[in-house]
Amino acid sequence: MRRANLSLAAMTAFALVLSACEKGAEQQQYGPEVQLPEPQRGLLPSMVIAKPAPWGDKKPVVPQGYTVTAIATDLGIPRQSLVLPNGDILVAEGRGGAGAPKLKPKDVIAGIIKAKGTTQVDSGHRLTLLRDADGDGSYELKTVFADKLNAPYGLAYHDGKLYVANQDSVVRFDYRDGQTKAEAPPVKVTDLPSAINHHWTKAMTVSPDGRFLYVGIGSNSNITERGMTAEVDRAMVWQIDAETGMHKPYATGLRNPTALAIQPGTDVLWAVVNERDELGPDLVPDYLTHVQEGGFYGWPYAYWGPNPDPRVMPSDPEKVKATIKPDYALGSHVAALGLAFSVPEMGSEFAEGVFVGQHGSWNRNPPVGYKVVFIPFRDGKPAGAPIEFMTGFREQDGTTYGRPVGVTVDPRGALIVCDDLSNTVWRVTPAKQ
Amino acid sequence: MPATIERREYVQVHPVQAIHPFHAVMLAATVPLFLGALLSDWAYWRTYHIQWANFSSWLLAGALVFGAVALLFAVFGLFTRHGRGARRLLYTLLLVATWVLGFVNALIHAKDAWAVMPTGLVLSVIVTLLACAATWAGFSTLRAGAAS
Repeated sequence: MRRANLSLAAMTAFALVLSACEKGAEQQQYGPEVQLPEPQRGLLPSMVIAKPAPWGDKKPVVPQGYTVTAIATDLGIPRQSLVLPNGDILVAEGRGGAGAPKLKPKDVIAGIIKAKGTTQVDSGHRLTLLRDADGDGSYELKTVFADKLNAPYGLAYHDGKLYVANQDSVVRFDYRDGQTKAEAPPVKVTDLPSAINHHWTKAMTVSPDGRFLYVGIGSNSNITERGMTAEVDRAMVWQIDAETGMHKPYATGLRNPTALAIQPGTDVLWAVVNERDELGPDLVPDYLTHVQEGGFYGWPYAYWGPNPDPRVMPSDPEKVKATIKPDYALGSHVAALGLAFSVPEMGSEFAEGVFVGQHGSWNRNPPVGYKVVFIPFRDGKPAGAPIEFMTGFREQDGTTYGRPVGVTVDPRGALIVCDDLSNTVWRVTPAKQ
Repeated sequence: MPATIERREYVQVHPVQAIHPFHAVMLAATVPLFLGALLSDWAYWRTYHIQWANFSSWLLAGALVFGAVALLFAVFGLFTRHGRGARRLLYTLLLVATWVLGFVNALIHAKDAWAVMPTGLVLSVIVTLLACAATWAGFSTLRAGAAS
């Protein structure tokens, strides 16, 4: 009897040790200067998995005076969108990364748990075109523009050329205004690094003159746990000659650059980057930054400037020292996946700045993200705290209706948001003046 | 002839239950598996080559599976007719300690890259020693051979 009590006590103590995971602050760090805590990691990483539920009659919450409409539903995992010159919207649908092998028992277990927080539908591997011919805000045409793609994600358009970043290559379609279906199979511009593809999303944007494509290539691991040989040509942004496919690393050390955009009126490339997990709830901040050509942003050796990551061995003090501090912290584990510069047509409060879609991460308790925020800019730089633009994706009890990914600004004054949990495309518009 | 009689008397004075062959295999398996994890931790420590850390993780998982079965035998054995006794309790406690620390070690090994070190290596040394001790105690407490 005494023995049984003893073992019960031991089990309870053991369970307490296991569950004593670090709790994160409610208030997230953001902005150009942030206080970083010391790295920490309990026996188990903090894990909070979204509990998917249908939207029903609910909708995301948008600011007073704005309306939100679902303009397309039942898609095959929408990720990023593109507004074409005639106002049609292209949506890239799909899921990649299936080739990443599970290396440890952890990968097997974590894979099963994380899959509970994502959609169960089949990957579309296609581009869907949405059209609102009469301009009433309802997109009555929904048709497949191109299919048999390979987890398309990044989209860019310039002067009759539509570029699509699959998880393994950049391809090009010819496009003329009003077209609803690709007339020919795409032409390959260049292959992209795709071995393993732990982070498979290939974000893309095009330079204002149409000469260069910029493609974000995420790392092949959280923090080198697949070995450094897997990281050749990873965690960087490529500059690709759109005509020839020739390419070079434009900037490196960007762990997972999930969305790229050119600042209007300039040639400056901006990115949102997802930083590393399992260093605690308030490390490492995901960030928004302008991308310097030739710049090194730390991964894997350092984070948020020259803060060395002790998990990377052998370390590289030179690289740590060379690490550029990004412009603006979005908060740790918000999982920023969308980036778009605003236009004055979005309303006075949201006229100058960027919208950032935050998918939300498994690795924080309490969870953060699960919303779209607006970062105001002044004189071409981020200035001020993020403003919540679109919320209501996740309830306090963990019930989750949607998870925002790509955001795109329609120059006529609308924000297009892809939701890869409910497989919906949302459109947020200011009230008509 | 007298020697044979003497031996029989000895057996009757100190009755021992034979370890079940299945129990024996499960228990013995923990030694090479935990030892393998230790050696591959050592290789990771020396070379930084990540594959050794992966090997360790799986070897630990294997050791925990076999160890869990042995532990079930040991715990249920405590409640049998021959179960009482300090040596059986010592064996069981050693095996419990091996398994619990081995499980903690598996969680440490689930961290990414060098975050496994140095705790993982230290724990692997301790757990390997514990597994050896538990196996020794198990085999010397429970005699191998046919059930008497």
